[in-house]
Amino acid sequence: MIALRKNLNIAQFQSLIALFVLCLGLALTTDNFLTADNFWNVMRQISVNVCISVGMTLVVLTAGIDLSVGSILAFCGAVTAGLLRSGISIPSANLFIGFTVLGAVLAGMLLGGGLGFVNGYAVTRFKVPPFVATLAMLTMARGFTMLWTKGHPITGLGESFGFLGTGWFLGIPMPVWISGFVVLVAVVLTGKTKFGRYIYAIGGNENAARLSGIPISKVKIWVYSLAGLLAAVGGVLVTARLDSAQPNAGMSYELDAIAAVVIGGTSLSGGRGTILGTVLGAVIIGVLNNGLILLDVSPFWQQVIKGIVILLAVVIDKSNQKSE
Amino acid sequence: MAALLEVKDITKRFSGVTALSAVNLSLEGGRVTALIGENGAGKSTLLKIMSGVYTDYEGQILFKGSEVKFTRPKDAQDLGISIIHQELNLIPHLSVAQNIFLGRELLNALGFLDKSQMIRKTKTLLERLKLDVDPTALVGSLKVGQQQIVEIAKALLVESEVVFMDEPTSAIGESEVEVLFEIIERLKAEGKAIVYISHKLDELFAMADDLVVLRDGKIVGEGPVSQISRAQLINMMAGREVKVVKKTSRSACPETVLEVKNLHLFNPENSARPLLDDISFTLCKGEVLGIYGLMGAGRTELCESLFGLHSKALKGSIRLDGEDCQFKSPIQAIAAGMALVPEDRKRDGIVPGMSVGKNLSLTVLEKVSELGFLSDRLHSKLYDKHTSSLKIKSSGEHQAIKNLSGGNQQKVILGKWIERNPKVLMLDEPTRGIDVNAKSEIYELISKLSAEGISILVISSEIPEILAISDRILVMAEGKLTAEFASGEATENNIMNACIPENLPQ
Repeated sequence: MIALRKNLNIAQFQSLIALFVLCLGLALTTDNFLTADNFWNVMRQISVNVCISVGMTLVVLTAGIDLSVGSILAFCGAVTAGLLRSGISIPSANLFIGFTVLGAVLAGMLLGGGLGFVNGYAVTRFKVPPFVATLAMLTMARGFTMLWTKGHPITGLGESFGFLGTGWFLGIPMPVWISGFVVLVAVVLTGKTKFGRYIYAIGGNENAARLSGIPISKVKIWVYSLAGLLAAVGGVLVTARLDSAQPNAGMSYELDAIAAVVIGGTSLSGGRGTILGTVLGAVIIGVLNNGLILLDVSPFWQQVIKGIVILLAVVIDKSNQKSE
Repeated sequence: MAALLEVKDITKRFSGVTALSAVNLSLEGGRVTALIGENGAGKSTLLKIMSGVYTDYEGQILFKGSEVKFTRPKDAQDLGISIIHQELNLIPHLSVAQNIFLGRELLNALGFLDKSQMIRKTKTLLERLKLDVDPTALVGSLKVGQQQIVEIAKALLVESEVVFMDEPTSAIGESEVEVLFEIIERLKAEGKAIVYISHKLDELFAMADDLVVLRDGKIVGEGPVSQISRAQLINMMAGREVKVVKKTSRSACPETVLEVKNLHLFNPENSARPLLDDISFTLCKGEVLGIYGLMGAGRTELCESLFGLHSKALKGSIRLDGEDCQFKSPIQAIAAGMALVPEDRKRDGIVPGMSVGKNLSLTVLEKVSELGFLSDRLHSKLYDKHTSSLKIKSSGEHQAIKNLSGGNQQKVILGKWIERNPKVLMLDEPTRGIDVNAKSEIYELISKLSAEGISILVISSEIPEILAISDRILVMAEGKLTAEFASGEATENNIMNACIPENLPQ
């Protein structure tokens, strides 16, 4: 515990305790919480939010915000599904391009990165506030999703694609492998690379970062692109799990991601926070969701309780900062 | 005539630093008192105490003979004491009339805003000030000079008995200055007391009745303006009890490192007065070149221009090691061997939430990386190296830099540039807000670095500092270079002389 305390900040330590208490309470009050089935169920459910939240953390660390991740998730999921099902055909050139699972997934991710790039470009080149730039993307990407799917789900995507969402490998569900890999890369990226250090410096003091020779625009564009790419990964996972791309997938997922980031102790004004904190935040939200369902709490109350938890997390974080 | 406003034995301390000590001042109706002194002499502090901005001080304030104790600026305003601040306190998205009546809006019988009356009153006020703008125009759409007049109008709306003006002309043009002087004359005729702060001594001689000279928080000279000559004034402003340690001059210039020719920096607020006006100078290898000037002289803009920050508004040539450089960003400037320690440490220097170690390595991340990944071991090595050589006092590399003292923060910033071994190191007010010990350590460091062959440009508004560390001194005033001294020739008086425009009555 002491060793753990050394490697975590106060906020994360408190979150960890909160999570522990939460799990203990649920274990005592429900029959099903402490079962392997339920454990993997929760883990699978939070995988998507973990992917998105990691991208969100990067953006928030630069003192930005990305509201478009839910829509990007839907659009990229739909495009991946569409390419898998019917490829691209250009009748006038008598051309048809079919897609393997890998090809379709990569195309979806590339699209996500591209949409994120547009966000980053708008923020840096045209100085559009991140809130507005990504709000515009939220609307546009949702519109594109509707256009692409014509408002209907795209289904029947094949077993090998479905494996990404529902399959198991070495006793662990595929979405958990994938989100775990994302977390691992992000932890190394933020903690061990120049790029990561630049992110913290920009969020901590953009002026000082600029005068230290840090390429502000380049770093920000990369960060938004990564957030878009990770939203696309989330889109692939959601689509694969349901074997269907829903036009209204990912609605308000950006809010869950922001909640995870905030509960994890990342400051919305930038420069302070960690990937592991966010993962912790996502786990807390996931366990809370799961527990409230197991306890048969009405969905309306679930929302109220989640809101209170978010508020509480920020209030506690603020008082931590003051006492530092 | 009895004094309208009087202060007695006012002393003000900021966390250990004495900003004002035992200042006495008496202001009479119908007279303009000019307050002069170097940057940091305590002028603005005094004004802020007299107008209720600072409420904890020692001493007494008397208004019309009876003691008053302000607890907030509004108390002073209610007595008829108004202040026109150096910085504009206007809201750009509101109209001129809305700004002028902010906080004291006129209401009609129904309790709603009486817009037409406010606009009418604003119109009369603006006519009095000869400012030809629509009262409903947004303040943000006005030129800075016009905004300054609006700020003045705001102060004149209430019937004041005492008006403080803190550098009201720093942003306005000639014709507006004339209007302002007319207003001051009128206020004087109405029997009001006026206190005027400005660095433009010609203005003060033209308009003030009394002069009060502040230095290091004390009044060092005062009297009617007719009895003080320019030479006396310069003496008062510059003279110090402290013995100045002068650096012995270097004789030769082994090699020119930086050559600046005809540098012009466009001023977006006033195209007739460029921020930098035809600046040319050279910097030798291993030389410490001091740049002195009062606030607004263009010193900071010069450093920023050399660092690639104003590339779009800049004209002229910069040659580094004989090569033409037009840096478009700090990234390019740094790559070419430039380094800048900025004036405002908190705003531009440190990343406050980051640790000391991470601030230190921010410019040299390649050096603390192994196989493309940041290495904790190399971070620690870098930290140990600089904390011992720069005598940085911190509890460890993981301490947040915001918890260090100003002097130690500055050493960290110096360290991150020294590690890059720059060709030219620019230091903008390197010892501002730093205690005496750290100051002398930084002076030592500067001479050590110059001995190692780094060329150093130091900006300072403290003459003793400039004299103590520079091999050569340039003086700037109003965007121009006005003098150059080898350190042997420089004295406090001739430096001060050069930063004050020539066209003063003798």
